[in-house]
Amino acid sequence: MPNAHDVLFSTLADPTRRALFERLCREGEKTVGALTARAGVSQPAVSKHLRVLKQAGLVRDRHEGRQTHYSAQLGALAPLIDWTSQMAGFWQSRFDHLEDLLKRMDQ
Amino acid sequence: MTNTAAEALSVVVEREIPYPPEKIWRALTQPHLIEEWLMKNDFKPIVDHRFNLRADWGAVDCQVLAVEPNKTLSYTWAAYGLESVVTWTLTPTGTGTQLRMEHSGFRPDQKQAYQGAKGGWQRFFAALEQLLARID
Repeated sequence: MPNAHDVLFSTLADPTRRALFERLCREGEKTVGALTARAGVSQPAVSKHLRVLKQAGLVRDRHEGRQTHYSAQLGALAPLIDWTSQMAGFWQSRFDHLEDLLKRMDQ
Repeated sequence: MTNTAAEALSVVVEREIPYPPEKIWRALTQPHLIEEWLMKNDFKPIVDHRFNLRADWGAVDCQVLAVEPNKTLSYTWAAYGLESVVTWTLTPTGTGTQLRMEHSGFRPDQKQAYQGAKGGWQRFFAALEQLLARID
């Protein structure tokens, strides 16, 4: 299984974080305050999630005066799509091993 | 992307194998044989049985969904909080078996028959489909 996708998957495995990212995807750029208003968690918690999303390359921040605006980086999702082609590779190689095993097994 | 995201988010591998279903079934369901081609495991061919597949990179949490000896085997496959389903189908042919493996369940329209399924990823993939459609 491809380790390169661990960060992306573990980042988005948190439902609150995933919801924040989804909202940025759907509604475009937002400030921390605007995101907090509907996130159901505190502003420090939202800020922390945004930091994790930023580290994973899923959001970008832009400073304007005292406000920080966050926007989703859809390109960062590419590994998620690639993941299925890698899974296909994973299963193809398992089929190879399975066929090898069947050859070795008694009838 | 030529495929829809949903198509891209499921994996099908299908091969004709020159052995009878009974023999392939043993390789799919006996732990010491599963270990030889897939991963270390504590599998049992019993519906609702929970098991792990273990490799050096980590573990996959699984639960048996369906067992129809020599015909169908299905189990959940959870890694990274993402729940998916692996389904094996064995169809006898004149010279052996058509073996089909489908790894899916990321799709929002997938019926989640097992307990503890989280809708979150499914919803997310639905949203992702719309987003990717927009990028096209």
